[in-house]
Amino acid sequence: MSLDGSVGLQWLRYRGGGTMLAWLLHRLTGLGIVLFVGTHVIAAFFLQQLGSDLAITITAIYESWAFQVIVYFCVIYHVINGLRIIILDLWPQLLEYQHEAIWLQWFIIIPIYGLSIFVLIQHGLIGG
Amino acid sequence: MLLRSRQVPQLGWNLEYIMWIFMRISGLAMAFLGATGMALAFLMGARTQMDLPTLMRWSFFPNPNHVVNSNIPDVTQGWANGFWQVMEILIISFAATHGFNGVRMVIEDYIDHSLWRPFLRGVLFALWLFSLLVAIYVILAS
Repeated sequence: MSLDGSVGLQWLRYRGGGTMLAWLLHRLTGLGIVLFVGTHVIAAFFLQQLGSDLAITITAIYESWAFQVIVYFCVIYHVINGLRIIILDLWPQLLEYQHEAIWLQWFIIIPIYGLSIFVLIQHGLIGG
Repeated sequence: MLLRSRQVPQLGWNLEYIMWIFMRISGLAMAFLGATGMALAFLMGARTQMDLPTLMRWSFFPNPNHVVNSNIPDVTQGWANGFWQVMEILIISFAATHGFNGVRMVIEDYIDHSLWRPFLRGVLFALWLFSLLVAIYVILAS
C-alpha cells in the first residue's frame, strides 16, 4: 500500500462518511441494547425465582461501571439518532440538511454522555 | 461482494409498513415513558437520594427492585403499585417489540428470500413472546 493517505480508516468512507457511520452505530447500539435487556430480563427472572449463582454473576457484570458506560452510550446514541431519523422522516425536505443534523446530534450526545460518564466514574456505582 | 438494494416498503396493510410506523411511534413512546419515570423520580426526591445508575434504572424500568437501596418512599403501597406496574408493562412491551423487530430487520438485510426467512422469523417470534411473558411475570411477582 502506498502512503498517499489511502491507508486505514477506509471503511469510514464506504458509502459516505457520517451518514453511514450513523447507520452502522444505530444498528450496533440497537443490537447491544437487545442483548443487554434480553440478558437482564432472563437473569432477573432466575434471580427472583431461584436466586441462582449464574444470575448473581450476570447481575454483578452489568452493575459494574465499565459495563454501564457502554450501555449508557448505546441508549443515548440510539435515542438521539432515532429522534433524528423520526424528524427527517416526518419532514423529508429537511433531508437536504442531514449532514448538519448529524453534526448537531453529536453536539447533543457528547455533552450529555460526557457529563453522565463523569458522574458515573467519579462516584462509582452502588448496587440496588 | 453481492450488492442487493433494499426494497422500500409499500404503503398499505403489510408487515414492513406497519412495523415502519411502529418503530417510530414506539421509539417516541419509550422516550416519553423514560422521561416521565425520570421526572416522577425527581419529584420523589431523586436529586438528593439517588445515585445516577439508580436514576437510570428508575427511568427505563420503574421497578421496586431497582430502588431498594435508595431512600425513595415505598412504591409498592396502594395505587402506586398498580401505576408503576402499568408503566413497566408498557415500556417492556414497546421495548421488546421494537428490539426484536430491529433484530429481524438486521437479519433480513443479510439473508435471501429462502426458507431461512420464515424459520428465523419463527425463532424471533418465539423469543419475543417468551421474553415478554417472562418480563411481565417478573413485574407482577415483584
